Parts: sequence; structure tokens; C-alpha cells
Amino acid sequence: MANAAPRGLAARFASEYAAHRRRKRVYATLFGAVFVVCVVAAAITAKFDVIKLVDGLPRTSEFLLKLVPPIGMSSFANDVREWYWDIGKWMGSLLNTLLMAYLATVLGTFIGGFLSFFAARNLAGHYLIYWTTRRLLEIARTVPDIVWALMFVIAFGIGPLAGILAITVHTIGAQGKLFAEVNENISPLPIDGIRAAGGSWWQEIRFAVLPQVMPNYLSYTFWRMELNVRSATIVGFVGAGGIGHDLFTSVQLLYFADAGAILLIIVATIMLIDVLSESFRHSAIGKASFAH
Amino acid sequence: MTVRLADLTAADIAAERMRFPHMFSHSASQRLRQWLGWTIVAGLTLYCLYRFDFVSLGFLHGVSKFAAVVVAQLFPPTGFDNLPMFIKVMGETIAMAFIGTLLGAAFAFPLSFLASKNMTRSRPVQFGTRRFADLLRSFDYLIWALIFVRALGLGPLAGIMAIAIVETGTFIKLYSEAIENLDRKQIDGVTAAGGNGLQTIRFGVLPQVLPMMLSNTLYMFEHNVRSASILGIVGAGGIGFLLADRLRAYELQEACLIIMVLVVAVYAIDYLSKTLRERLIGDHRRREPVDDAVQV
Repeated sequence: MANAAPRGLAARFASEYAAHRRRKRVYATLFGAVFVVCVVAAAITAKFDVIKLVDGLPRTSEFLLKLVPPIGMSSFANDVREWYWDIGKWMGSLLNTLLMAYLATVLGTFIGGFLSFFAARNLAGHYLIYWTTRRLLEIARTVPDIVWALMFVIAFGIGPLAGILAITVHTIGAQGKLFAEVNENISPLPIDGIRAAGGSWWQEIRFAVLPQVMPNYLSYTFWRMELNVRSATIVGFVGAGGIGHDLFTSVQLLYFADAGAILLIIVATIMLIDVLSESFRHSAIGKASFAH
Repeated sequence: MTVRLADLTAADIAAERMRFPHMFSHSASQRLRQWLGWTIVAGLTLYCLYRFDFVSLGFLHGVSKFAAVVVAQLFPPTGFDNLPMFIKVMGETIAMAFIGTLLGAAFAFPLSFLASKNMTRSRPVQFGTRRFADLLRSFDYLIWALIFVRALGLGPLAGIMAIAIVETGTFIKLYSEAIENLDRKQIDGVTAAGGNGLQTIRFGVLPQVLPMMLSNTLYMFEHNVRSASILGIVGAGGIGFLLADRLRAYELQEACLIIMVLVVAVYAIDYLSKTLRERLIGDHRRREPVDDAVQV
């Protein structure tokens, strides 16, 4: 008799739990079915052919092996020297690539940073200004940088200038958006302080906003530099300068060993930049949070 | 105690400045370092502007040509007869991104356990897997596409593989970070109840990390739609091929229409994925997986 109530509860729990499990299972089955349909539809649309892939894999590994010329133990130094026969030109291209990324980062960050104040709801002043700036920034970053590069190559001809401009436009869009989000998260109290003391809009930005946002700006800029080095290595595929141009021509001309040598230079550079940028972010910014 | 501004004299302020110099300005060495930093940045920028011919007539000529030839001729978009074809190819692009992301996730899932400090006891294995992931990530999609086009031939398959390879690297990193951040207690619970290794993963680990993993995967899918749309430039399928083709043939108005299709599709996918991700992890203010490989 004393156990009746708990037993009733247990039975209710058991039945409700079973119902819950059933509901979950139905959802999971439905979701799984939709997912499988999506996969099959996508595989058909994208002409994903497993047989072709399996056929191609040996060729892929063959190709990857061709990227490295035979290097003997006894003639190691000579073989490597022969492999990197055009090292002077490649290093020049690499320097160009890095400087392209640097210039695009600086220009894009300054222009994007300037625009970010108009793209922040709390600072823009008028809604129309906010809306227009936001849409412009969106266009700048939604169009991929390599498409910008294709367009700039038409106007500026083949060379690094087109690549720099392309990466700059993309950087303006990305930095403008990220900085605007940082701007929107600041405390309004210092702004009120400057305004109460009779400061102008510029003084508000300089003394109330910038000190709050600078650490995040710097952190995003280092990160953007890293991404722009990657971009600068590929805009050369469409003739917009940098080491990508050398890589593209060597693959097109079937100089596979050259391509391998350049790929190795690129991967070493990217990894080095990653490490440097990370240590910079940690040391220069200290406790600045990456959250936004 | 209230201090009224009117009561403050110049002498008071000077006295306070003496007592708390750091409240009024940075120290001399700090200012010197900042000044030096900005000088180097500015100097290098000026040098680059000079090196890459920004200060030349050619640059001005290019600007006017960009305005007159490119921007002016983009509008109005034409080629609406081809719109169904463009939309179909955009669908192919999204499908490429979907399959590529999925393959990447499938390759990365088992490897991400190897790459997590709290799941793998052997330090060399864990470290090696991480570096392998870095290696895959450090080449851009387009570089992998260039390689796979040579090996697998022109077409979307090369693009799918390029995305799958880069994503394997990215997902190993993102997933293993999620795994490393999990709560130990649930694992201990399953172990204490007598669960074996697989059961620990199934009931202790997966319930904690799966939402995060799914959310990351969706986010990268969103990102990969953008990547897939340019792979066609090197012949790896998708809408990039059409776009590059039209741009190179100076058919700017049709290129404009393709860009519009691309932008609309990217927005639609972003919106869909964002909605799904919010449902998955609940808190929509949760940080985006701002990863080094993610381009914003």
C-alpha cells in the first residue's frame, strides 16, 4: 500500500520516457532520411563518381611523386640545388607576395576601419548611412577576391597591382564588418563623458572609441594579414602577381619538379606566418579577447 | 566627497599628474615604442606603394579604365536567357561544397580523436596528427584544385576533392578542439559504470561534442559554397568556370548576372545555415568558430 504512489510514479516515468524516446527516434529517422536524400541529390548533381575517383587516385599519387625529383643520399646537396635551380626568381616572387599581402592589409584595414564607424549602429548617426555602408561592405566581401582580381586585371593589366587591389577590396569588406561589430560592443560611458565635456565627433572616436577597440582591431589585423598571405599566393593564378603566377605556369607547362619546389616554399611560408602571427597576437595584444 | 570641476586649479591638476603620471599619459619608452612601430608600418607602406607603381600615371590610367570599362559596363546585367543554366550550375556548385564538406568531415572525425590531447596518450601521434592537419590546411583550395585537375581531369570531382582535403585539415583542428574542451565527469561516469572504450566515446564524449561538431560542419559548408564558386577558375567545376570565362571574354554584363546569382545563393545558404546552427547549439550569441582557415 505504501509503495502504491511511488510505483505509480515509476510507471508514469517509464511510459513518459518511452514516449520521449519514441519521439526522438522518429525525429532522428526523419532527419536521417532527409540527410540521405540530400547526399544522394548532391552526389548526382555534382557528378560525384566513385569509380572515376578510385581510378584517379593512383594518378594523383603519381602526380604528387613527380613533384619531388629523385634526390640521392650521396649527391644530396647537388640534387637539391638542381631542384631549386630558379630559387632567385622564386624568392623574388615570394617577397612580392608578402609585400602584396602587407600593402593590401594596411590599405584595407585603414579604409575598412574608417568605414566601420559608419557601419556601427551606435556610431553611424543616421540609419541610412548605416544601411548603405553595411551593404557596400557586404558586396566587397561576398564577391571572392579572385573574382575582384579578374576584374582588376582587365583594367590594370597583368601584374601585382591588380592582386593588391583585389585583396584590398576584400579586406575592406571583412575588416569593416568585424570592426563594426567591435564598435557596437563598446561601453557608451566614455562617449558620454567626452560628449559631456564638449568633445566633437572626431574627439569621441579618438578618445572614447579607439582606446576601447584598438586591441581587438590589432588582433583582427594580424589574423587578416595571415589570410591575405594565403590570398596573395593564389591571385597569381589569374595573372594578378605573386608566387601563384610561377606555380600556375609551371603546372600548366608540366614542369612538375618546379611546381613541387614552389609548393614547398609556399607551405613553409604559410606555416611560418601562422606561428609568427600567433605569437604576435599573444605578446602584443596580451589579454585582449578574440570574442565578438 | 564631491569634486567640482570649477574648484580644480591648474596647480591641482599638475599635482595629480605628478602623483599618477600613468593616468595622464603613457611612459616615454612606451610612447617611443609606439611611435617607432607606426613609423615602420608607414615606411614599409610607402615603400610598397612605390614598389608596386601606385604613384604613377599607369595607376591613374588603370583607375579611369576600371571606372569606365569595368564598372560602367557591368550594368545592366544581361543574358537572362541563360539564367536557368546559371542557376543549375550554381546548384552544382552548392552540391560540390556539400559533398566535399561531408567527405572532409568523414575523414576528419576518426582522426580528430587521435589529435586530441585528452583522448590520445601517445604525444608523438597526437602532435603528428595535428601537424598533418596543418599541412593539409596550409594550401589554399585553389592550389589543391590545380593539383587534382591535373590528376583527375577537368570537372567537379577535382573541386570536391580539393574541398575534402582542406576540410579534413580544418575539421581535425576544430573537432579536436571541441573534444579537448569537454567535461571529464561524464567520461568518468561511463567508465565507473563499467563502460568500455567505445561506450565511453558513444555515451561520454559524443553527446557533449556532437552539437558543436555539427555546428562547425555547417559553418564550414557555408564557407565552402564560397570556395566552390571560385574553383572553376582552374577548371575544377562549378560556377567559377562560367564567371571567369565571361570575364575573360569581356562579357561583363553577363558576368554581372552570374555574380548576382552567386551573391543571392551565398546569402540564402548563410541564412539557412545560421538558422540551423542557432537551433543546434541553442545560444545564438555563441562565438563563431573563428578559425585561421575561415575567411570572413
